[in-house]
Amino acid sequence: MSTLDIILQQLTNGLILGSFYSLVALGYTMVYGVIKLLNFAHGDIYMAGAFIGFTLLSFFAGTLGNGWLGILPAMVTAMIAVGLLGVLIQRVAYRPMLQAPRLSILITALAVSMILYNAVMAITDGEYKAFTVGLGFEGFNLGEVYITHTQIILVVSTAILMIGLYLFVGKTMYGKAMRAISIDKDACRLMGINVNKIIALTFFIGSSLATAAGVMAGVYYGSIHFFMGFVIGLKAFTAAVIGGIGSIPGAMLGGLVLGLLEAFGTQIPFIGSEWKDVFAFGILILLLVFKPTGILGRTEIERM
Amino acid sequence: MSRKRDNPAGTAAPEVFARRSGFGPFQALQSRRNWFAINIALLIIAIVIPFKANNYVLEVLANAWFYVVLCLGLNIVIGYAGLLDLGYAAFFAVGAYTTAILTSQFGFNFWLTIPFAVIFATIAGIVIGGPTLRLRSDYLAIVTLGFGEITRIAARNLKITGGASGLIGIDRPNLFGLDLYQISHYYYVFLVLAVLACFVSYRLQHSRLGRAWQYVREDEDAAEAMGINRVMIKLYAYIIGAVFAGIAGCFFAAKMTAISPETFTFNQSVLILLGVVLGGMGKIPGVMIGAFALVLFPEVFRDIGAMRMLVFAVVMLIIMLYRPHGIWPEKRQ
Repeated sequence: MSTLDIILQQLTNGLILGSFYSLVALGYTMVYGVIKLLNFAHGDIYMAGAFIGFTLLSFFAGTLGNGWLGILPAMVTAMIAVGLLGVLIQRVAYRPMLQAPRLSILITALAVSMILYNAVMAITDGEYKAFTVGLGFEGFNLGEVYITHTQIILVVSTAILMIGLYLFVGKTMYGKAMRAISIDKDACRLMGINVNKIIALTFFIGSSLATAAGVMAGVYYGSIHFFMGFVIGLKAFTAAVIGGIGSIPGAMLGGLVLGLLEAFGTQIPFIGSEWKDVFAFGILILLLVFKPTGILGRTEIERM
Repeated sequence: MSRKRDNPAGTAAPEVFARRSGFGPFQALQSRRNWFAINIALLIIAIVIPFKANNYVLEVLANAWFYVVLCLGLNIVIGYAGLLDLGYAAFFAVGAYTTAILTSQFGFNFWLTIPFAVIFATIAGIVIGGPTLRLRSDYLAIVTLGFGEITRIAARNLKITGGASGLIGIDRPNLFGLDLYQISHYYYVFLVLAVLACFVSYRLQHSRLGRAWQYVREDEDAAEAMGINRVMIKLYAYIIGAVFAGIAGCFFAAKMTAISPETFTFNQSVLILLGVVLGGMGKIPGVMIGAFALVLFPEVFRDIGAMRMLVFAVVMLIIMLYRPHGIWPEKRQ
């Protein structure tokens, strides 16, 4: 392969990886925006989403087949279901804790993460599940790089979801309320915004997007397992920090940047793929040291 | 709202009332003397147990004392300084691997490896804490998590740590001519370590540093305004916590004689955290009870096996919702 082909190949890999990271990072950043909580359970919501999507797909596959015709309704219903799960988690675990010390709510989030993780592990007996989809391998050559239609569809659907989210947050009243809450929750309450409802909505959207990413990852990699959420949760958080936590365009950008960095990072000599996680965390740590606000984040002024 | 639900005034008040009534300082002395007597009695029980118990019980109890050391170490970071550390197993790994590598590959005496473990744990504490302690607490949590993973991945892929299969053939320590190999030996080793850890924790808590931690934990800005260097103070907590885990790791390696990277996973960090949270952050007896609960619970309920962590997680959630400061928390002045 020529250098150009390697670049093209890694660009494709990076874009796809980056799409997953972006979608999960959005959930982190939105929740962080409205309640300043680092939602540890988010990676596991992604995982739960993949499993619910998997279950629904086997249900839809009977009538609609396991091509895109079956995947799409499975994905949409999974997004709604897991979105509601996110709302439930928020209602049960996080809402009573909003006034509690920061440490307590972080530990609560950790507990939720462990519950999801261990519950799925118990249900699936800790086995890998093969995500059987009949998508085929049609595609086209770009130089020596073969790009499948599936890859194109994944990137395009991510783009559609993101544009939808961007319009929702930017143009609708709900989006405006969300942005307002991230600035001053108490003032919002005084202005008659139903803050709890908006927080629930934020969890719904964040969890749905993570589910979309989970199902897509299942479709793309062909198998899912109960610990798939752990590393991606960490990395998506890294992506959110790269873009500037609390910033929605930042999460989208951060995910793509991290995906590309990671894809090209595997090409650096002496760094094998077993070190790629270390590479991502290294970036996170360097970033937190030198530019904790990220690319698009605002400098936060701590009020006393 | 849930914070109001815990500590209902109805249960706390009579206790306070009872303590205040009576003969003032005399009463206080007496209750402190009782407290002392209870501790001595418990210690004596702990010392005589090996004469009665079988190896299985000893194994479990030695493990419990071992977790007491780890939990007390983490308690300094979380309970005293209020920093959430999700990669505590990394420090434990540093200690264990230091001993393992030095004894098995360089022929060091076990006791000589402890100072090295302390040095390396300190360095690890500075490397991890230094850049991140300036940040908000939730950033710290995720960075420590990341570092914990880096440590494990490094241990798995480096040659010197023996890769995924780990290291074997770690020397048994020799204490004044006595080879430590029986489980009862390790029971005493960990008991001594736990008592030492309690003593150090207690002294730290009531030291100038301990008060500074408490201040920083309760109100960082006010503490800084009073002239406390919060980054340094947090770093001290971090390093001391790391050293606890490092030393515990040395003895762990000696007891096991073989270690592998899979001992130092995120789950391990969570378990230690759970011990601290369960018992009561910042309170030494609380943390000890938490550590014991952690080890004894799965032994008592062996049947649920794989569901253990799920049950733990649910318990942790419930405790956080209803008693955010743990089962037996420290009284806040």
